[in-house]
Amino acid sequence: MSDAGVFKGGITLAVIAAICTALVAATFILTKERISANEQAWLERSLQPALSGLFFDSGVTESRLIIPAPHELPGSEDAIVYRVYAENVPVAALFVVSARDGYSGPIRLLIGVDIAGAITGVHVLEHRETPGLGDRVESGKSDWIQQYNGRSITDPAPDGWAIKRDGGVFDQLTGASVTPRAIVNAIRETLLYFAGNTEHVFAASDPAETPTEDAE
Amino acid sequence: MEATFLDRWKNGLWHENPGLVQLLGLCPLLAVTSTFVNGFGLGVATLMVLMVSNALVSATRRWIQSQIRIPIYVLIIASLVTCIELIFKAWFPALDRSLGIFIPLIVTNCAIVARAEVFASRNALGPSVVDGFIMGSGFALLLMAIGLFRELLGQGSLFSGLDMLTGGEPLRGLVFVDGGWLLAILPPGAFFSLALAIAGKNALDRRRHANNPLAARRTAGKPSV
Repeated sequence: MSDAGVFKGGITLAVIAAICTALVAATFILTKERISANEQAWLERSLQPALSGLFFDSGVTESRLIIPAPHELPGSEDAIVYRVYAENVPVAALFVVSARDGYSGPIRLLIGVDIAGAITGVHVLEHRETPGLGDRVESGKSDWIQQYNGRSITDPAPDGWAIKRDGGVFDQLTGASVTPRAIVNAIRETLLYFAGNTEHVFAASDPAETPTEDAE
Repeated sequence: MEATFLDRWKNGLWHENPGLVQLLGLCPLLAVTSTFVNGFGLGVATLMVLMVSNALVSATRRWIQSQIRIPIYVLIIASLVTCIELIFKAWFPALDRSLGIFIPLIVTNCAIVARAEVFASRNALGPSVVDGFIMGSGFALLLMAIGLFRELLGQGSLFSGLDMLTGGEPLRGLVFVDGGWLLAILPPGAFFSLALAIAGKNALDRRRHANNPLAARRTAGKPSV
């Protein structure tokens, strides 16, 4: 390729790159609002399973609190808490945490706990468990995950917070005990954390503020 | 390449099917076909990318020196895939979540760059768009067929998750039996299903050749790609 050819090739490449970038930019601008609306709607819908039976003011997603890792909650990444209020009185907290010891990778969980410490709902947000075995923890596939509703850290006593195979009170799933065990442990740790840090969780009024920063 | 319109359809859907004969784009083909709706979603996304990339490559073919054609194809295909991903996120968010990384990974589907190189860079705009549509249809139909087969065997249902296309409440589709043969929706099931599809195609071809020696001559050779 001659020098002129190289130059011409460079120009062609630059022009086509500019056209392609313009195309992507235009699509981005056209879809931006819809995408962020979708994400917000999806988040609100995914929080619903843990909000059943609660009276609360709207705007749960705006009361988000990020608890940076390391923390005493399950999971090694930042945990997210959505605080639920009714007329500025705390009603419940929704925790988004990860059970680390799933069968294949972490299991992202939504755990709702009311102000008295009772579970309002548990929902599996994300997982990579075996289809047909571990994936029955999904609320759409079986009602296994419903057995925690109304339970708290004193009901059963901490010793009983395990699957039956490990001497606890909760059902396992046929053919899968690793996944249920991971989820039970994550719920127990979350309840323990909430029992010990209830005030902290609701104290940070500014969503950007975090309880661990308060403590420092 | 003086093929009639009908011949081109026959080639795209059967004799030179990108998935079944050329074995291109196997990664998404094997990974997402656990249900019909997933197969349909990725099939349509690939078809759209293929059509538009063929159009752009064909439209710009006069200005592209052969030394820099590959980076330009990559540029065009990558931009189109990004656009498709944004469009899916905006209009089919549930399907986008279900297909996950495999929408952006369309960019690595060799079927697309192969059509750009083999067809679009040597043909006019109209035929290139038609070629993209036909080849994309061949790929999409295969994805849908394998998705249908694996879903029926593995979950005992058909068209579950149709809400991902239409929006609204979750739909479980037509459920025939609760649960099914687990292996079919696990990764090995994808390989078995594809192997069955290829074996079935070869068996059909062979039978046709046995009945009609003239047809054998037409399709006996390797595909022209």
